[in-house]
Amino acid sequence: MSKQFICINCPLGCHLEVDDSNLDDIKVSGNTCPRGKIYAVSEVTAPKRMVTDSVPVEDGDVLRVSVKTASPIPKEKIFDCIEVIRTVRAHAPVNIGDVLYSNVCDTGVDIVATRNAKRI
Amino acid sequence: MTYRDIVIVGGGPAGLAAATAAYDAGSTDIVVLEREENLGGILNQCIHNGFGLHTFKEELTGPEYAARFEQLVYDRGIEYRLGSTVINVSDDKVVTYVSEKDGLQKIKAKAVVLTCGCRERPRGGINIAGARAAGIFSAGTAQKLVNIDGLMPGREVVILGSGDIGLIMARRMTFEGAKVKAVVELMPYSSGLNRNIVQCLNDFDIPLLFSHTVVDIKATNGRVSSVVIAQVDEKLQPIMSTAQEIPCDTLLLSVGLLPENELAGYAGVQLSPVTNGAIVDDQMMTSVEGIFECGNVLHVHDLVDYVSEESTHAGKCAAAYVQNGMTATEYVPTCGTNGVRYVVPQKIRKDTNYEQISLRMRVANAFRNVELAVLLDGEKIVSRKRPIVTPGEMETVVLNSEMVERVKHGSKLEVTLLGGTK
Repeated sequence: MSKQFICINCPLGCHLEVDDSNLDDIKVSGNTCPRGKIYAVSEVTAPKRMVTDSVPVEDGDVLRVSVKTASPIPKEKIFDCIEVIRTVRAHAPVNIGDVLYSNVCDTGVDIVATRNAKRI
Repeated sequence: MTYRDIVIVGGGPAGLAAATAAYDAGSTDIVVLEREENLGGILNQCIHNGFGLHTFKEELTGPEYAARFEQLVYDRGIEYRLGSTVINVSDDKVVTYVSEKDGLQKIKAKAVVLTCGCRERPRGGINIAGARAAGIFSAGTAQKLVNIDGLMPGREVVILGSGDIGLIMARRMTFEGAKVKAVVELMPYSSGLNRNIVQCLNDFDIPLLFSHTVVDIKATNGRVSSVVIAQVDEKLQPIMSTAQEIPCDTLLLSVGLLPENELAGYAGVQLSPVTNGAIVDDQMMTSVEGIFECGNVLHVHDLVDYVSEESTHAGKCAAAYVQNGMTATEYVPTCGTNGVRYVVPQKIRKDTNYEQISLRMRVANAFRNVELAVLLDGEKIVSRKRPIVTPGEMETVVLNSEMVERVKHGSKLEVTLLGGTK
């Protein structure tokens, strides 16, 4: 069956045409880079998304630090992941890349800080 | 009064890139003035990912992107002053600022780079009828409340306007437990990026209603209780027979960004009625000698990567001006025609010393299979075929050294759309 997607890898937003009648040989057109094909294949087989949020930080020069999943997680786990992030508290000093929670929802993916916070 | 070679007004992505580039071009006597308590500007509240693919070849969140540029400033020891709000820039480049720490200060600069960014169009800018109740926020204000302060502006949300911040906030509010009932867009297309429609609305089954607008806001006890939306006709006038009421406690407005040119105005900088930013030449210099503009204060960008690129160029040019002074006397004007709404820069110096010039532009309507062509006195010098162009996505055409050489001897540079279907 032919499906249409808009690639979300970058802001170009290429319009992808995907033929997934044979799951072992998914045909993709409309992509302008190899990442488009990878995205289209994952979108029809196992869609993934990055999750970003922010968490409170204690003793920091800012109230909250932003966080992200270190890599995309399965789309159906987004809300479970958000629930977990809601329980996370960071302690200053926080550096970009610090792991604030490991293996969120058994995805094998960590929650990492995306903003620095100095200790005050 | 103190004296500096270069004063940069604003420590967001544009200011940081301009400061770094000016320093690297040999003008090290720089100060960056930032009114907030942190460098990084609006990026600090843009916690979503998707920044930096062009610049760093990886996908970063806003704060991570800002941190990379902040580090460049720290590494060079470039001076910056936080909590410092610039209240005036004069045409002879005296920059006046206030801060809790320094009081009222004046700095006389050889060059000023305005990197003050843009502001959101408020409710008053689009004249929505109805109650003046609590619960009406610009999307960016809501973004700051949620991401920086950890506060939720509401629980049941309607978003007017499908600009990127509105789309991003639809997802963000959904993550935080709010119900986003609809995103309502006046135009028949979105001004936001396609990828944001997919991953912020479609992923969560949030309806996007094109050719609709808010015609009334109702309130109970001083808080929004519902909004009334209606379809609009081709002339964008509401068709009241299609009106429907959506119960909600919050209305977010994502209805456009306006370059913040109050300071430029004080300095007598000539502004473009189309971009609402300064009219600049190929070195990003405004009509006032020695005052430069770049980033969202010049024209609203959709990718921070392009802000950094443009501002790096502006910083380099500001340093060159400080070191060599002014030379230009004659210009080749640029313009957009046949669906190209504007072109920045608006003029190119006939004696330009740059071998490569980026022309940035936006189109007025969406077109498919179109050719974006640059004409010098009517003759095509370069063109790009585009499968789709939309008003929401800035287009860039780069003139190489050979083309720039030709432009110097021309009298009018025009960017136009050839062929294509709506």
